[in-house]
Amino acid sequence: MGMKTEEKLIIKGKRIDGRKPDEIREIEMKVGVIPNANGSAQVRFGNTIAIAGVYGPRPLYPKHLQKSDTGILQCRYNMAPFSVDERISPGPSRRSTEITKVTRLALEPALFLEEYPETVVDVYIEILQADGSTRVTGINAASLALADAGVPMRDLVVALSGGKIDDTMIIDLCGKEDNYSEADMPVAFLPRRKEITLLQMDGMLTSEEVKHIIKMILKAGEKIYEKQKEVLRKKYKE
Amino acid sequence: MIETREIVLPGEILADVKEGRPGHGTFIEDGKIISKFLGIPKMGEYISVIPLSGVYIPKRQDKVIGFITGIEKVGWIADINSPWDAFLPLSEAVDEFIDFKKTDISRYYDVGDTVYATILDIKRGSIQLSMREPMARKLKGGVTIKITSSKVPRLIGKEGSMINTIKEKTRTIIRVGQNGVVWISGEKVDKAIKAIKMIDEKSHILGLTDEISKLLSD
Repeated sequence: MGMKTEEKLIIKGKRIDGRKPDEIREIEMKVGVIPNANGSAQVRFGNTIAIAGVYGPRPLYPKHLQKSDTGILQCRYNMAPFSVDERISPGPSRRSTEITKVTRLALEPALFLEEYPETVVDVYIEILQADGSTRVTGINAASLALADAGVPMRDLVVALSGGKIDDTMIIDLCGKEDNYSEADMPVAFLPRRKEITLLQMDGMLTSEEVKHIIKMILKAGEKIYEKQKEVLRKKYKE
Repeated sequence: MIETREIVLPGEILADVKEGRPGHGTFIEDGKIISKFLGIPKMGEYISVIPLSGVYIPKRQDKVIGFITGIEKVGWIADINSPWDAFLPLSEAVDEFIDFKKTDISRYYDVGDTVYATILDIKRGSIQLSMREPMARKLKGGVTIKITSSKVPRLIGKEGSMINTIKEKTRTIIRVGQNGVVWISGEKVDKAIKAIKMIDEKSHILGLTDEISKLLSD
């Protein structure tokens, strides 16, 4: 965000990859990709690929982290060193620690963790290939993996990013748009009641623009929700 | 395409509150009964969902297969394939008098042993096992495999029809714990494992019994 580029990112209403402003990239989802995990999923949004594994509910150690009235959710968001053009050093960074936290907060409202006191549900999200909107791709993968693991849920979690380029509101930003946009805003929500569980913003937007982007995301999110449902059903239809 | 049972997803509306009572695997929100799990719905007086995956939640009087993982002063700690560890007290395991100051209780059960036990009691975070049932014993030899605990009734079948077919056709002894741990010993163990794994994977398919008997008679 904030960087300047000579290149026009929106030409005649079309974006650099030929999409319309309210069009999402090609989506591919797979469930049960990690046999060792209780549940797992892989999600691809264009060139962004995220894989998520869920373990548990299982006993939690060290014991002082246990909560006697509820289970807890532990997340990890990590980018593989080879996921971007220039190698990023492995291990946690300021950015990944932040995303880990917002991912946990985005997923927690969807789960009935109080049924499993003194335990933990571990969610590991690995970004294999990054081309913008990695955190929302990770949340979509985690949502599928949690449903696959049989963790009791209120609803699936759908996530999608929005933003603004050249005074045009867009959704599902790719890497280049992410870098040069005037603003970007990842959103996660529970589709049945349209409850928003993640809302971050970077850049400048007026309140009208924010409302407009949220509306676009809720509308396009339906498509992702349908896709999530379809892929979960498909696992048991062979 | 093979015919399958209807599948519901977490967050899917099953019925209105007026149409029935919420059973296992469901919750109420905005006057609707909603599924918590990815599973097979059961309609009736109680509307419930049987999950197709997930961990075992212990229930009193369940017969489970556990692995001894630790020895305490007055009992043993067992892993029963659930989110919580279980405790097998000395008084529920051994009938004779033991002066535990002088005796090493690992002579009865040791780390690595497999036991078939009953869940005696559940208090928050602590599960007590008992060996005071006629069927309870230490399982020696054999192999153990794990399946999804919600599919155990399917593996046993109506009045044990499915499990007895597997036992007869493969000439094995099989013990099934409610927690999804299956212990097998006997002649054609490989074939029995194959059949059990197939039930675990394809429990939602109609006409599974025929497929299993076909697999076993090959």
